[in-house]
Amino acid sequence: MALQDQSIFENASCPILLPHDSRIVMGHGSGGRMTRDLIRQVFLPLFSNPALDAANDFASIPSQDGELIISTDNHIVSPLFFPGGDIGRLAICGTVNDIAVSGAKPLYLTAGFIIEEGFLIEELARIVSSMKSALEESGVLMVAGDTKVVEKGKADGVFINTTGVGWRSNNFIIGGANARPGDAVLISGTLADHGIAVLSARGELALESSIQSDVAPLNGLIDTLLHTLPEIHVFRDPTRGGLATTLNEIAHQSHVEIVLDEKTIPLSLPVKTCCEMLGFDPLYVANEGKLVIILPEKDANAALDILKRHKYGSQAASIGSITYGKKTRVLLKTLIGGTRILDLLSGEMLPRIC
Amino acid sequence: MTFSQDDFRDSSLVKTALDELQRITTRPWVIMEICGGQTHAIMQYGLDQLLPPSLELVHGPGCPVCVTPLELVDKAIAIAYRPDVIFCSFGDMLRVPGSNEDLFSVRAKGGQVRVVYSPLDAIQVAKDNPKKEVVFFAIGFETTAPVNAASVLQAENLGLKNYSVLVSQVCVPPAMEAILSSPSNRVQGFLAAGHVCSVMGYWEYLPLAEKYKIPIVITGFEPLDLVSGILQTVRQLENETYIVENAYPRVVTQLGNRSALTMINKVYMPVDRNWRGIGMIPMSGWGLRSEYAQYDAELRFDTSGIQVMESKVCIAGEILRGIKKPFECPAFRVECNPSRPLGAPMVSSEGACSAYYRYSSEGSD
Amino acid sequence: MAKVDFGGVIRETCLEAVPEANLGDYVIVHAGFALNTLSEEDALETLEIFRQMERLSELETGNNDILPG
Repeated sequence: MALQDQSIFENASCPILLPHDSRIVMGHGSGGRMTRDLIRQVFLPLFSNPALDAANDFASIPSQDGELIISTDNHIVSPLFFPGGDIGRLAICGTVNDIAVSGAKPLYLTAGFIIEEGFLIEELARIVSSMKSALEESGVLMVAGDTKVVEKGKADGVFINTTGVGWRSNNFIIGGANARPGDAVLISGTLADHGIAVLSARGELALESSIQSDVAPLNGLIDTLLHTLPEIHVFRDPTRGGLATTLNEIAHQSHVEIVLDEKTIPLSLPVKTCCEMLGFDPLYVANEGKLVIILPEKDANAALDILKRHKYGSQAASIGSITYGKKTRVLLKTLIGGTRILDLLSGEMLPRIC
Repeated sequence: MTFSQDDFRDSSLVKTALDELQRITTRPWVIMEICGGQTHAIMQYGLDQLLPPSLELVHGPGCPVCVTPLELVDKAIAIAYRPDVIFCSFGDMLRVPGSNEDLFSVRAKGGQVRVVYSPLDAIQVAKDNPKKEVVFFAIGFETTAPVNAASVLQAENLGLKNYSVLVSQVCVPPAMEAILSSPSNRVQGFLAAGHVCSVMGYWEYLPLAEKYKIPIVITGFEPLDLVSGILQTVRQLENETYIVENAYPRVVTQLGNRSALTMINKVYMPVDRNWRGIGMIPMSGWGLRSEYAQYDAELRFDTSGIQVMESKVCIAGEILRGIKKPFECPAFRVECNPSRPLGAPMVSSEGACSAYYRYSSEGSD
Repeated sequence: MAKVDFGGVIRETCLEAVPEANLGDYVIVHAGFALNTLSEEDALETLEIFRQMERLSELETGNNDILPG
């Protein structure tokens, strides 16, 4: 059957009725009928909730006791779809996690889409559907959004901004400046999965593997840890720049020396192999579903118990400690007993030749 | 297999080897390792701190990225700017500073520059883009020569008309000779590059050891291999012997890999090469044979009119010859760092300056 | 060209320089090209040298619990 003969809509079992071969055109961003149709057909069915359905230009949220925590993130990952996730899931989880590591309960998100002319509506629907799953998993509501369209070549398919808010009750003192000498440093699982998954999905390096991005919402896990353990000093999710970058930030905020033990750092075999082949240091490669926890040493085992029983913490490990040293820096004790400094990364990591 | 790579990282075996090294070292010695991969491994494992304090490990010009002549980097940039060209390269060449800019900035300005893991991937790019010229930056020591040559042979077999290579292939033994023959040479023992020797064999080092009375030990890359290589070198120095020893026998043989050598000899012939920071070393590299001239990017593209201008501040040459250490350079950490490098050794992750910058910085108080 | 497993990651690799390589052999690969096969015999020999050294040093420092007396 030739394409022209088919009905212009896909068959009725598809939850979203879409015209065949339909692509985003400039008109979808103009604010008129096409925009309204796009929102009704693609966004609303999946993000539906009272705030969004009210169709105002704003969302109104009741206030609570404590502090308002707010965070924003822009997502420009390429490729848009990679093993283990996509830009949509990334957009939701990234902001949810940023709020959650403050000790706040993430409640509401907004999402702004900048879409390139010519983008397939079907792919947009896939991304939105993925966002919906992530929202459901994290228990967060999408309450406002915006869509713009730019000319071909001015965006990489789609860029997404998400901004999130949550409330934090005043008795949580958690933040990068709270690490104390004697504290244990824990990680919730294997490192570098996301960065390597995205790199291998780009296809330039022609590698076959089972590596998947670890992108995940961590607010559930954080909530359990917060309400079970007596004292937590720092939560951070080590995203762009990897664990080493995050620990450097914390070391500088807290004015402490952090020492890691290389042999305790969890890495999956394929990720370790990939990093070696390309000359990447996994400590500097992005993660999107991992948690650094810094807390008193005496509570470390209890924390590890909780982590290992959670689906996002099964490979958790204690990987280092805050020392009583006077220098503000991050050190790594290597496999063979040497020590090296983990400094901040300069520039982009490029695959090495030998 | 009944062993694995991890066995050569076993911390208790490494400690045993280090203890033995400590036991037999009675005098100060200066040993040079001449492979970028070894420099990287030593710094990555913090091995240099675990050696007896009287042993000085000096990093030689074993970083192919660092020694690629400035003129060739400028030519690469000029070729990459052409709209009809897709320029393919190993990743670490992208940030090597040319006279004005680097390949990275060419890409940022819209030039088609692609990182590839292998020149055989560049062949695929040429097949997929028949209307474009695909150029591969064929740099490296003898370790990349077989694969770079293989790509030219593949282009010939496939009848590809749109593939060419910009060659900067260099060889280790002439560089070692240049270092050893210099009046200011301090090097007393050499760790030879394991993978270079796995291709070439190590028979070329016999006359060098003999002539300069210097022990040369073929060394691998895992921590145990490195300590083992250093151990055998120091043993020789303490016993005043100067022979070539193979501390990497699981991969290296005296005659090397015949099939690989055949491929290299078919496509390449020895030529004089300019080493950035060192100067011209006669017969120190390879260039394409005249039968393969059609694959030579320097002939295919007009790159005249390039004005080469090296940084006046960068002391890469002295670093590469092991005469100075990076922290002795006035620009180190001041004007020169990995995001704004003045010279190649700060760019490549095997370059001595980059290794020192990343692994030996002191934290702030 | 053949598929080589680097440890959970597979890549097409040119085996032209290692015609003697068989399925299951270990090779040293550089930039998508196998340079040599790995000799198991030599690997084990090298490891044994250091294992012996380790045993000897344990005997010397009296760390070996199996020693009688």
